[in-house]
Amino acid sequence: MKKMTYAEAIRDGLRVEMQRDPSVYLCGEDVGKFGGCFGVTAGLVDEFPGRVLDTPITETAIIGSAVGAAAAGLRPVAEIMFVDFTGVCMDELFNQASKMRYMFGGKAKVPMVLRTICGGGLGAAAQHSQCMEAWFAHIPGIKTVLPATPADAKGLMAAAIRDDNPVVYIEHKQLLGLSGDVPAGEYLVPLGQADIKRAGGDVTIVTWSWMVHRALAAAEALAREGIAAEIIDLRSVVPLDKETILKSVAKTNKLVIVHEAVKTGGFGGEVAAVVAEEGFDLLDTPIKRVTAPDTPVPFSAVLEKAYLPSEGKIIQAVKELF
Amino acid sequence: MALTPKDLLAFYRTMVTIRTFETKAAELFAAGKLPGFVHLYIGEEAAATGVCANLTDADYITSTHRGHGHLIAKGGRVDLMMAELYGKATGYCKGKGGSMHIADVDLGILGANGIVGAGQPIAVGAAFACKYRGNGTVAVCFFGDGAANRGTFHEALNLASIWKLPVVFICENNMYGISNCQRDHMNIVDIADRAAAYGIPGATVDGNDVVAVYEAAAEAVRRARGGDGPSLIECKTWRWRGHFEGDPGAYKNPDEQKAWLAKDPIPRLAQKLIDLGHATAADLAAIDDEVKAQVAAAVDFAEQSPDPDPADVLTDVYAS
Ligand SMILES: Cc1ncc(C[n+]2csc(CCOP(=O)(O)OP(=O)(O)O)c2C)c(N)n1
Ligand SMILES: [Mg+2]
Repeated sequence: MKKMTYAEAIRDGLRVEMQRDPSVYLCGEDVGKFGGCFGVTAGLVDEFPGRVLDTPITETAIIGSAVGAAAAGLRPVAEIMFVDFTGVCMDELFNQASKMRYMFGGKAKVPMVLRTICGGGLGAAAQHSQCMEAWFAHIPGIKTVLPATPADAKGLMAAAIRDDNPVVYIEHKQLLGLSGDVPAGEYLVPLGQADIKRAGGDVTIVTWSWMVHRALAAAEALAREGIAAEIIDLRSVVPLDKETILKSVAKTNKLVIVHEAVKTGGFGGEVAAVVAEEGFDLLDTPIKRVTAPDTPVPFSAVLEKAYLPSEGKIIQAVKELF
Repeated sequence: MALTPKDLLAFYRTMVTIRTFETKAAELFAAGKLPGFVHLYIGEEAAATGVCANLTDADYITSTHRGHGHLIAKGGRVDLMMAELYGKATGYCKGKGGSMHIADVDLGILGANGIVGAGQPIAVGAAFACKYRGNGTVAVCFFGDGAANRGTFHEALNLASIWKLPVVFICENNMYGISNCQRDHMNIVDIADRAAAYGIPGATVDGNDVVAVYEAAAEAVRRARGGDGPSLIECKTWRWRGHFEGDPGAYKNPDEQKAWLAKDPIPRLAQKLIDLGHATAADLAAIDDEVKAQVAAAVDFAEQSPDPDPADVLTDVYAS
């Protein structure tokens, strides 16, 4: 175990996998000399000569070339600087990367990682703050993961690189400096396995990415009032660990879903639908969602604070169930 | 390397195979036997044939919605292709792809593609893999005049040129994107001029002259294998049929159509083979017959093949 930040843990995951497998390379805008817009890839260009490639501002070619290189046997980790920019390379992702294997009758493999970052709280406004995981979750053929802790960041990165499918790996800006214990050397967190970040018997809170931490803070406050919340960090939205969710709801009979993305079409709707379809009898109360409202992300700190799901909103939603 | 009589005869066989396969496909489509869209390459056979003659199985290509010719020229099997056109379980993609998505990764064929221009950055990535491995292999990207206007074209050529990747961009300028004539969709005559914008060589060739195509591609492939980076080759050609089967192509000028039909690449090569004394008319007719039998066998294979098992709809989404 070593204490490191989330950003360092991602880098460590990249480093260990690059040492292990010469077919892994990184590419993206400013990922080399500059070390990435958020410093995540700092220094790797010197550690791995010829394997960390600065590209022009060329999202279509970053992801399109990653698809081609992956289909030709390499394991690219291609960065899109902000998840908000994936619209520019969406065809490469949702018509090419995700469908090649199926369209070709199972005879191709596209082992690539699209690394990107999401989330608000920095005053980055409407085009640099979004959470788009539901877009990716809606495309069969790709997997989507969103680590919330340094250890998960490292382990999910390694698993994403080793997976033989396209994986969208979404970091969160608010978590980059978060410090935690991270296993040294090779470390894998299996894709599709949720993690119970806090056990409790009174209410299940399903969440992911930054909101895991807001939910944990809410759980702490709720505990003082005698409500024991169980916090499930999905870690992967696809594949979805239904079993962990349903097992928890079987115990608590109450479900609150918390995500930072807007409500309509958000992945919380999918979680709610799964529980309604497969666990309706387990529920004693309606399902609650705590999400951003259906608006673009506002700029002003006052507005953005009002926009983001907060500890207070989570506490309130939980209390409405009792 | 000078072309031998054997090479020229191989070109002839490849072009006749494409023509025969597609003529059959047109007939089958008209008879209602082939579902979906069928885009035919008839009249453009010299381009794929001349280019792919420079490649080995270890080299990559990306293809287009009009991909049968590229696949055959790169060594694709007509029986597996025909079965895929029928949507049968024995097809290249087990019936999951159809005409627009045939691939054979083992032959370096990274797929036909239903998205115009999508192959351009994919070929750049395959070329990156070639360079990364340093084994002298190359990637070739086939695309149309219409695709030369997509943003992918710019991003792919720019990235390939700054990274000096071993990729050859082959623009098959058949003068139309569906109904939109090149005159109306771009403000230049020679698409190869665009190479200048990326500081790479550009050449325009008679795309209906298989030897001219072969030679231009040979130079570009030689440069790519030698580490000198990408090239852009424009093959001027003509789409004989409608955009897809069922499109009568009424927007085409009949005089132009007539003039281009007279430039049919297959009789041109046949005449050359005869004039040079490499083959007699009877030799060529024998090749025609062999190919016809091969395509007929492919149709039999497709017709007799089983449909996919409906349960197979769920497989091949993810690699495990
Ligand atoms: C991105 C995209 N836009 C539009 C289409 C519809 N479409 C299919 S083929 C085609 C024309 C392509 O022209 P060109 O690149 O010249 O190829 P050709 O058909 O002449 O071989 C169009 C517009 C598509 N498949 N993909
Ligand atoms: Mg065209």
